[in-house]
Amino acid sequence: MELSGHLLSILIFFPAIGALALLCLKSEDEYWIRRLTFVVSVAEFLLSLILLRVVAIGAQGYALTEYKSWISSPPINYHLGVDGISMFLVILTTFLTPICVLASWKGVHHRIKEFHVMLLLLEVGIIGVFLALDLFVFFLFWEVMLIPMAFLIGIWGHGRRIYAAVKFFIYTMAGSAFMLVGILWLYNLTGTFDLPAIQLTLQSAAFHLAPRTEMLLFLSFFIAFAIKVPLFPLHTWLPDAHVEAPTAGSIILAGVLLKMGTYGMIRFCLPLFPEASHRAAPYVAVLAIIGIIYGALVALVQPNLKKLVAYSSVSHLGFVVLGIFTFHTISMQGAVYQMLAHGISTGALFFLVGMLYDRRHTFEISEYGGLVKPMPQYAAFFLFVALSSMGLPMLNGFVGEYLILLGTYQVHWGWASWAATGVILSACYLLWAYQRVFFGDVTHDENRGLSDIDAREKWGLVVFAVITLWMGLGSPYFTRRVAAPVDWVIEQTKSKYAEEAVKPAAPSQPAALATTIQQDSPTRTVSR
Amino acid sequence: MTPSAADLIRVLPETIWCGFGVLLMLLQPFLKNRQGLTLFAMVGAAAGTLATYFGHMGSGFFGLIQFDTYSLFFHWLVGLVAFLVILASDSYLERENLASAEFYALILFATAGMGVLASAQELLTAFIGLEMSSISSYVLAGYRRDAVKSSESAVKYFLLGSFATAFFLYGIALVYGASGSTNLVQIASTDPSSNLLRLGLTLILVGLGFKVAAAPFQVWTPDVYEGAPTPVTALFAAGPKAATFALLLRIFTTIHAATDFWFWAFWILAVATMFVGNLGALVQTNVKRMLAYSSIAHAGYTLVAFTAVTTMKLDPNTGAAPAYAAVLFYLLGYSLVKVGAFTIVSEIGGKGESYQTLDDFAGLGTRQPFAAAAMTLFLLSLLGMPITAGFFGKFYVFKAAINSKLIWLAVLMTINSTIGAYYYLRVIVVMYMREHKGDVPAGAATGLSPTAAMVVVVAALATVYLGLLPNHVLGIVLSQNLILSAR
Repeated sequence: MELSGHLLSILIFFPAIGALALLCLKSEDEYWIRRLTFVVSVAEFLLSLILLRVVAIGAQGYALTEYKSWISSPPINYHLGVDGISMFLVILTTFLTPICVLASWKGVHHRIKEFHVMLLLLEVGIIGVFLALDLFVFFLFWEVMLIPMAFLIGIWGHGRRIYAAVKFFIYTMAGSAFMLVGILWLYNLTGTFDLPAIQLTLQSAAFHLAPRTEMLLFLSFFIAFAIKVPLFPLHTWLPDAHVEAPTAGSIILAGVLLKMGTYGMIRFCLPLFPEASHRAAPYVAVLAIIGIIYGALVALVQPNLKKLVAYSSVSHLGFVVLGIFTFHTISMQGAVYQMLAHGISTGALFFLVGMLYDRRHTFEISEYGGLVKPMPQYAAFFLFVALSSMGLPMLNGFVGEYLILLGTYQVHWGWASWAATGVILSACYLLWAYQRVFFGDVTHDENRGLSDIDAREKWGLVVFAVITLWMGLGSPYFTRRVAAPVDWVIEQTKSKYAEEAVKPAAPSQPAALATTIQQDSPTRTVSR
Repeated sequence: MTPSAADLIRVLPETIWCGFGVLLMLLQPFLKNRQGLTLFAMVGAAAGTLATYFGHMGSGFFGLIQFDTYSLFFHWLVGLVAFLVILASDSYLERENLASAEFYALILFATAGMGVLASAQELLTAFIGLEMSSISSYVLAGYRRDAVKSSESAVKYFLLGSFATAFFLYGIALVYGASGSTNLVQIASTDPSSNLLRLGLTLILVGLGFKVAAAPFQVWTPDVYEGAPTPVTALFAAGPKAATFALLLRIFTTIHAATDFWFWAFWILAVATMFVGNLGALVQTNVKRMLAYSSIAHAGYTLVAFTAVTTMKLDPNTGAAPAYAAVLFYLLGYSLVKVGAFTIVSEIGGKGESYQTLDDFAGLGTRQPFAAAAMTLFLLSLLGMPITAGFFGKFYVFKAAINSKLIWLAVLMTINSTIGAYYYLRVIVVMYMREHKGDVPAGAATGLSPTAAMVVVVAALATVYLGLLPNHVLGIVLSQNLILSAR
């Protein structure tokens, strides 16, 4: 069992080895390039499934940790670990990558080798982000992942691809540069980049972080994550990136990349800066709710199908952020679940929209209509996925939104009721779009002869449909595994501040901090 | 007062560089083979660098120079840069049909000057080093005599450079007036509140600020860098800049006078330089000129680390070692990357340096995959992306700044590196995401020449090595007795 000690490293670097192997192939060798990438990514997926067996249910803390010193000064260690939350996100990533290969089977015609190399390198970066436990290593993967993504958008994207790629790059880069300042500041305060060690130091009774410092640190991380999520009003890169990206890029972007932001909030913002998180929570929640409603309203009026799906992501991710910043077990479990569910259903939606583009080379809803006649199977799958995205019970979208709203309601009923309008709006924009695309007469002659889905597309969609159904019916399978780490995160956000609340008159405590605690206490002392 | 043998060995690298330079000029009539001359010059550059091995640590020539790990590091840096630049010039000189012996000799003389700068511990010695490197640089800048731009570059550099040198010299005079000495250690022990000393040091700062292209003394940089033969630009961007920074650091860390004063001077210089460089680079359409502006921006980043060094003295408890290390590591990574990037620009430029605009780089990803990939690596390093030297450089500078509680400076640097992302990215975008319009002109290069390719490979490997395994170099720059104090 020598290898199992390095399972996480293998997971991270296996796609890189695949990419190296690809480089050895000739660029004309299209047949083998696609097949090799597919085999590598499926093997990676199967490898990642081992995590399900290895990570114990109900255990707190990290499993399969790897620790190796890398740079001596400042001490940077190659520290990896996995828990219930990151496990599922890794599996989501490894699941979506072979789907991306399938989705670009026909859509990508030029520079095929480079395309697949970029796809695999992207996988390396994303999995690294989810598994890193050293802030420096985390940051490294966070930045490394940017380059292949920008290339995917910029080289294989549609019309305004270069604009979209540069915008995506600069937005994220701006955020992460602030995060770097935050990471270094944190290092300066604690003397380490190691996440668990930093957490211990920050929580130790002897250590006092001035509220202002904590807030600035919180913001330096939060802004980077909020850009990635994207939280209103930092979302403007997303529609461009999505619309211009090739199908595979959109699937990965919506499926996993956005989750890096919410994952970062759960993993870093909340446990490291509980005080600041609590203070910022009302504002964040309001922004999240604005995002939910605004995203849905903009999706409603989109003439472009892909942009519609992109804005629906803004709306759905708003739910996730809301679920995280209520500090409630149920809603946070819901948030984690929603991250997975959204990855699956939006991934499937982009896959479907991409198929339409492969056939007609347009995303304009007005170009379609009555597609149910030439493409009945496609229409059926589309309806199924749309229903799951809008949160029909028994399908995956329902569980996450329901849990988030349930938890939020117990903390702040006003937030929950505003957010709930997002659920209704999502039904509006998806069903209306569905009606315009699929029902009625065939309005354009060129649509009459459209071919229905072929075997490759069908199998991809069947897999999506099965998972959607399974996630909807078997949600305890997920929530059980997520529960312990979520509880732990919530525990972290409480512990120190509960201590301080008990002795608010501690002499070392600045008066301002004590007052904030008292003012904010109603939202904080919510029982689970 | 005769210098000991140990003293002579302490200046052995400079002696070898100068010796090989003279030999090159003597050999030229007899050795017609250009490659032979190149090889000879490279041997000279390497021999001088390796000669540092024999030097004993300590002060030489009665306190004129100081041979310590710090100067050793910079000797290696400038020697390596000279070696690579000579190798990269080989194909350039052939293409432009220029004489090579003088060219190489001048590079070696300039390198010797930089070596003196790195170990000078006395202001007049530093002045000699500065002049050795500057005068050779003026000639090198105008080496492509037929080109108007090259001549313009030389004249501009010469006029403004002499002006700056005058500032430096006048500063020395004032400092001497205040302290009665030109030796840094003795100057350090004079009354720090003396206004004369302050004024003198300010003038020195102006003179050296010019050489490192710190705003507001940077106006010459874009024109000179653009006009000079591209391998020379590579040299300018790497060697003299690093060596002048070495001297600047030595002066302002040895002389503790009026630390607050210097703190703000460096703070403002750093911010101004970063913004001028980055904003200027934003609007460039010529890649060579863009890289020139980017050099200004990087001087600004280095000055951020300088600012961190100056605060270290305020608080004796915090070791200044990490801040020093940041400067040294940054300069090393930056120099190698710049040499690599300018070499590619030189090769793509083709005959007469006619193809250096962004449009000429369009579609390079398909035309010359190797050059485009290497250029991408260098640009990403300049941008500070992980697994490159630039990332660790930026990281250590950030860390030094935050260590010294210069949060605002760090934030301003953050904003600047984001601005930088735009123009570095634009070159990558053009290379990979745009097709070349029309046919590739006849004079444009079809591939890197073997010598240039070697330089690029070395620079690229070094970039990745410093980005992945910086431990070894860090061990050197973090060593406890980096700067030997003569006291």
